[in-house]
Amino acid sequence: MSTNDHHHDGHGGNGHGHSNERMVSVRVLRQENPHSGSHWESFEVPYEHGMNITTVLLRIAANPVTTDHHETTPIAYDSCCLEEVCGACTMVINDRVRQGCSALVENLLKDSPEGITLQPMTKFPVVRDLLVNRKPMFESLKKIKAWVHVDGYYDLGGGPRISQKEQEKAYPLSCCMTCGCCVEACPQFNDHSAFIGPAAISQAVLFNAHPTAKVDRDDRLAVLSGAGGITDCGNSQNCVKVCPKGIPLTDSIAQTGRDTTIYKFRQWFGR
Amino acid sequence: MAKQHVVIVGGGLAGLAAAMKLAESGIHVHLVSMVPVKRSHSVCAQGGINAVNDLTRQQGDSEWLHLDDTVYGGDFLQHQPPVKEMCDWGPKIVNLLDRLGVPFNRSPEGFRDQRRFGGTLFKRTAFAGATTGQQLLYALDEQVRRWESEGLIEKFEYWEFLDLILDGNNQCRGVVIQDMFSMEVRSLAADAVILATGGNGLIYGRSTMSMICTGGAAARAFRAGVKYANGEFVQVHPTAIPGTDKLRLMSESARGEGGRVWVPRKPQDPRDPQSIPAAERYYFLEERYPKYGNLVPRDIATREIFDVCVNQGLSAEKGHLCVYLDVTELSAEAHKKLWGILEIYEKFQGVDPRTTPMKIFPAVHYTMGGLWVDYVKKDQSGGLALDSLKNQMSNVPGVYVLGEADYQYHGANRLGANSLLSCIFAGLIVGPAVEAWLKSLPKSSASDSPASLFDNAVKPHQQRMHDLISRAGGENPYHIHNELGEWMTRNVTVVRFNKDLTATLQKIDELEERYSRVGLADKSNWTNQNFSFARALGDMILMAKVITKGALLRDECRGAHYKPEFAIKGPDADDPKKLHQQAEQWCKEFKQQTDKWLKTTIATYTSKGVEFSYEPVDTSLIPPRPRTYGLKGAEIIEKTWKEMTQGAAQKRTEPIGKPVTANA
Repeated sequence: MSTNDHHHDGHGGNGHGHSNERMVSVRVLRQENPHSGSHWESFEVPYEHGMNITTVLLRIAANPVTTDHHETTPIAYDSCCLEEVCGACTMVINDRVRQGCSALVENLLKDSPEGITLQPMTKFPVVRDLLVNRKPMFESLKKIKAWVHVDGYYDLGGGPRISQKEQEKAYPLSCCMTCGCCVEACPQFNDHSAFIGPAAISQAVLFNAHPTAKVDRDDRLAVLSGAGGITDCGNSQNCVKVCPKGIPLTDSIAQTGRDTTIYKFRQWFGR
Repeated sequence: MAKQHVVIVGGGLAGLAAAMKLAESGIHVHLVSMVPVKRSHSVCAQGGINAVNDLTRQQGDSEWLHLDDTVYGGDFLQHQPPVKEMCDWGPKIVNLLDRLGVPFNRSPEGFRDQRRFGGTLFKRTAFAGATTGQQLLYALDEQVRRWESEGLIEKFEYWEFLDLILDGNNQCRGVVIQDMFSMEVRSLAADAVILATGGNGLIYGRSTMSMICTGGAAARAFRAGVKYANGEFVQVHPTAIPGTDKLRLMSESARGEGGRVWVPRKPQDPRDPQSIPAAERYYFLEERYPKYGNLVPRDIATREIFDVCVNQGLSAEKGHLCVYLDVTELSAEAHKKLWGILEIYEKFQGVDPRTTPMKIFPAVHYTMGGLWVDYVKKDQSGGLALDSLKNQMSNVPGVYVLGEADYQYHGANRLGANSLLSCIFAGLIVGPAVEAWLKSLPKSSASDSPASLFDNAVKPHQQRMHDLISRAGGENPYHIHNELGEWMTRNVTVVRFNKDLTATLQKIDELEERYSRVGLADKSNWTNQNFSFARALGDMILMAKVITKGALLRDECRGAHYKPEFAIKGPDADDPKKLHQQAEQWCKEFKQQTDKWLKTTIATYTSKGVEFSYEPVDTSLIPPRPRTYGLKGAEIIEKTWKEMTQGAAQKRTEPIGKPVTANA
């Protein structure tokens, strides 16, 4: 509530900063639409205590003027929850893919005092500026049947008993926000490859382990054994390093490697 | 005849539950959402979902007590039949979610673990870590994806709802929507429309809500003729982490797992909080509310934190209002259960809450009010007649409303972990209601309506967009939004005074006038977020009026709506006889207040502006009684109230052996 923040300008919408105010330099890679070229624009934004990248973008929206006093448009970007649980505001910040909301300016400046650069993710079509279309990721979830195929939504009692150990394995996998960090960092996920990417592989592991969902296990493994499946993984291990939720993606990949091998053997022997 | 279609707007828990339930019945759904549905605001719900369970049942719990906690916590402002039905469904819903694969935390034996939440004495809350909303949303998102792949659900993601399309009989025939990428405005025919569009916290500038929670869709339905109920009831969550772009929720589960709220007894004690001895800490909730302790209902915890900081000057820091929420004494096991929220604190504050008490302050959190919806009571059970087409239907035929966007379940104050339940419950029961509605329609579908109906609905929105984009005004929409947020937060939240509310209404009028002169920095016709925001600002201004005027008119204290000028003074005499007299006087005034104000506020949009009226509340199951959590003289008031009402139906026990009668 506002009473909380009178020690700093927490409400934004501020105009140009005073000359003695600490300013943050931000460079943004801009693109008007999917078909246009891109260009850089620079902004100076007054620093606020606790400020994150989504705040920077809000302040620019309220005062879209570049460093060289050129009037421009607010920057288009995706954002929703602002607490790193929806995955929307994923972008490339200082050359690292992450969510804008949890990227604190103070920490960014520690590593890069000269300023901050913001770019859209490169593995998805740009819609405008920092906003990209991640629909292919959701489509991948269909391919691997990332759901529990239940009989219906009438009351049929509870689900299967699940041990603490199983829950502790499932929960982290189930925290995947489909944000796209892993595929952005993955060298194998690109225009020239059909690789389904770490997020979808990890979801397959989640559902293959579920007592009910595992009825579709072979269907999932068939997809992951085929073109764009597990063999496309180059084992760079970039995915696990950038996952904001610390999901053990490489464990999921290793697991899928074993599971698909056994699956293929079973196929050869007709079982 | 073309196929019948249902349009669902909003892909949070309520919208997704409705979509999968309708798809199960073979009904075709068009699901419209401003964001990919997996990113909906439901992900922010942290603590859990309430339902009576085998364990609590053996400790004396029942669905009836869940109902009682909910209506008592909500200060009796909600119609009781829908709440009863919801509480009855609680165990079934949690079972269903369990079957859908939600990774609920487990007991050592493999059963679902439970935690305790505010406003109850039972461990009634099932949870998945501290990201229960996310986990529930994902489970429903997966089900909807399955139906999408089977062709029963078609998604319109990154499309924004603009309007309802009503025919000459005021019946809904579809919606006007806009592609947020191409900015194309189009119509979508629908034989029924379900609005599950969430709350409107952004009216307050920063809140715990997501950036999409402008309430724009509800405001547009309101303009189109849907009544809006109890707008003035806005939940302020007691514990949030202040931030420059939003106020991040720190879930009630932190207290549910044993977290304690305190301030140093010495104002702004400069010592490291960990070095302050217990005797010099003021655990004010525990001291003032020995029965519920840190788990009093939210409106009360919020007011107490506010009181301690603002009135008593005991804020933990100077110039930065906050209290400590301390989980440092909890076990590693409890920390693990709270991982999701402790991580948020650590990420955004750069401090580890496992070793240092968190600094928190209240923030606007939940919209109890919402679009008006109907229900049909089943006399035998006191719950709902689920075969009726009227359940969850608004006053506009064919328009249904669910979730935080409706006003139905939480009265004057929502209990923690009841919102996930109400969203999914309404989503499931709207299935049979919409099915009955579709069957009741003559043998034609909305898409057979004349093309002119749809064209005429689309055109004004194209024109409005053109007008707003081409306007050469000098006003900045972001500045107007900031001012609106500051005024609303200062005057229309925790403590409300009529003179401040009146001033706020004047301010809103001024902002509305300035809004008419808004000029946009972005004049493009492609993915123009500047425009979308400015349009939603107009909706926020309208609903700010509904909230503030509703608050001004309601001269009483009820749940989250607290006006000290109209609080009934608690009995405090030392002399027992005098004390009794005071208690009688208190109860008399309470009775008068209840007779006058135990009513739903109804706002109606008319050509002359917003009009207000009041509707009675169905309290047929549990008669209203004073809500006395921690009130001075609570015992004597409760005793006197019982005497005055002859003890009838005051006992919090379930009638045994027969269904609850409709009228107690």
